[in-house]
Amino acid sequence: MSEVTLFGLGASALVGIGLYGFIIQPEPLRRLLAFNLLGSGVFLLFGVIARRGAAAGMGGDPIPQALVITGIIVAFAGSALAVALLLRLHQADRGGAAPGGDAPPAGGGDGDRT
Amino acid sequence: MTLAWAFDAILAATVLAVAAWTIVARETFAAVVGFVAYGLLLALVWVRLAAPDVALTEAAIGGGVTGVLLLGAAARLRGTAGVLVDERPGAAMRLVVGVLCGIVTAALAATVLLLPDPAPTLAPEAAANLTTTGVGNPITGVLMAFRALDTLLEKVVLVLALIGVWSLAPDRFWGGAPGPERRAQPDDALVFLARLLPPVGIVIGVYLLWVGADEPGGAFQGGALLAAMWLLAMMAGLATAPAVSERRLRLVLVAGPAVFLAIGLAGFALADAFLAYPEAYAKPLIIIIEVVKMLAVAATLGLLVMGPPERPPQR
Amino acid sequence: MSLALDIFSVLAISAGAFFFLAGTVGLLRFPDALTRLHALTKADNLGLGLVVLGLLPRADGALGALKLVVVWVLVLVAAGTVSQLIARVAQRVGPSP
Repeated sequence: MSEVTLFGLGASALVGIGLYGFIIQPEPLRRLLAFNLLGSGVFLLFGVIARRGAAAGMGGDPIPQALVITGIIVAFAGSALAVALLLRLHQADRGGAAPGGDAPPAGGGDGDRT
Repeated sequence: MTLAWAFDAILAATVLAVAAWTIVARETFAAVVGFVAYGLLLALVWVRLAAPDVALTEAAIGGGVTGVLLLGAAARLRGTAGVLVDERPGAAMRLVVGVLCGIVTAALAATVLLLPDPAPTLAPEAAANLTTTGVGNPITGVLMAFRALDTLLEKVVLVLALIGVWSLAPDRFWGGAPGPERRAQPDDALVFLARLLPPVGIVIGVYLLWVGADEPGGAFQGGALLAAMWLLAMMAGLATAPAVSERRLRLVLVAGPAVFLAIGLAGFALADAFLAYPEAYAKPLIIIIEVVKMLAVAATLGLLVMGPPERPPQR
Repeated sequence: MSLALDIFSVLAISAGAFFFLAGTVGLLRFPDALTRLHALTKADNLGLGLVVLGLLPRADGALGALKLVVVWVLVLVAAGTVSQLIARVAQRVGPSP
């Protein structure tokens, strides 16, 4: 079994794990996490297909890779919208009290280590 | 069984283990931390799949910016964490769902094992036409020239998502700035980092944009880095969130898709079709689009993390 | 000469890996947040530094080597700040199980 097939099987397992978490978890934020797992598993399947299309001196087929880059960004936009909905729902459930709740954790760590 | 295969096997197993832990962890905060770690491991998997651009995007956006978003959400939702635990389905239901997900996994695995050999690929055509775009990195060529329509629509989707997030503000806060009224006094160490890191981060972000023409990189990765530096400065209190109704901000956000669309429409006049670049001017046009796109993407990503306005607008 | 460089790389990276292992063991076995942070900084500073040192002979050109060192310095800065922040919060919140 080549390494690419290995990652393909791993991606299928990720889709299964994400789907399981999405159905089982009662909390919305955990469901969002599981949904992101599901999405990244699908992207990995794209990556496996891209890797198998290596030709013409490139390591992988660039078309699926570009689609995955677009997909990652759109998935983030979807997650941001979902989080905003969750927080608003949380506020509304508390009787529309003053928004924001507790102040964000002081110094919650920098956002990017690259 | 070579060393590379063993490494890939261990990496795949670790990724699956961290993903499973994210699902079964008891505390939401622990699950989010596990998700960020999963994103970084996934970037390693992308490198092993010979896709360094995707690895950069996954590490920056999938791991970094999404991590900040989810950690902030987990902190704010901390009170309700334990409330819904009794609604967890029973063991029998979990077994049934597990079996069904196992069937889905098996079907996908069978598809992977039955993929056609030799694999169909568009790589030779992309390589053959790459010289007409003027860039050396095939991914950038695909994103900016061959599939430019996808990239244009993606920019529009980002703006739409931002409008969706802003529209969730209560009526009285419409037009105000995101972020709570009084922020806790930031720690000195964070302020020091926010003074030290953004100049370096901005240089590296612009470098990622510039080098993306011929090597792994690009406008999205650079824009994510700029957005992270902006968020860092705001977390440390060195920059204030802009009001949602500010005209300059809206101009920067709209400029990304607008410039892209304008150049695309000009393609009718200057070349054959929508989003076609005249051959001699392909590289400069792509650079113009990418620079404006990077700024717009940075602003959009940062604003998406900040969320809807929570303060009334200054009159 | 290149054999000596290869041996040097292997030794340095192995030493770095050992420090990463020690840091992880410390993370799992130490009792509270402050001691765990202490273990983690060994992994970040010393472990990564040794790995970068071992990779320097294999970098392409001076620019590649400089990029590796910049990566190490950035991780140092970020990890140091985050450790400070976590430590202050841990001190404020008090020991927890």
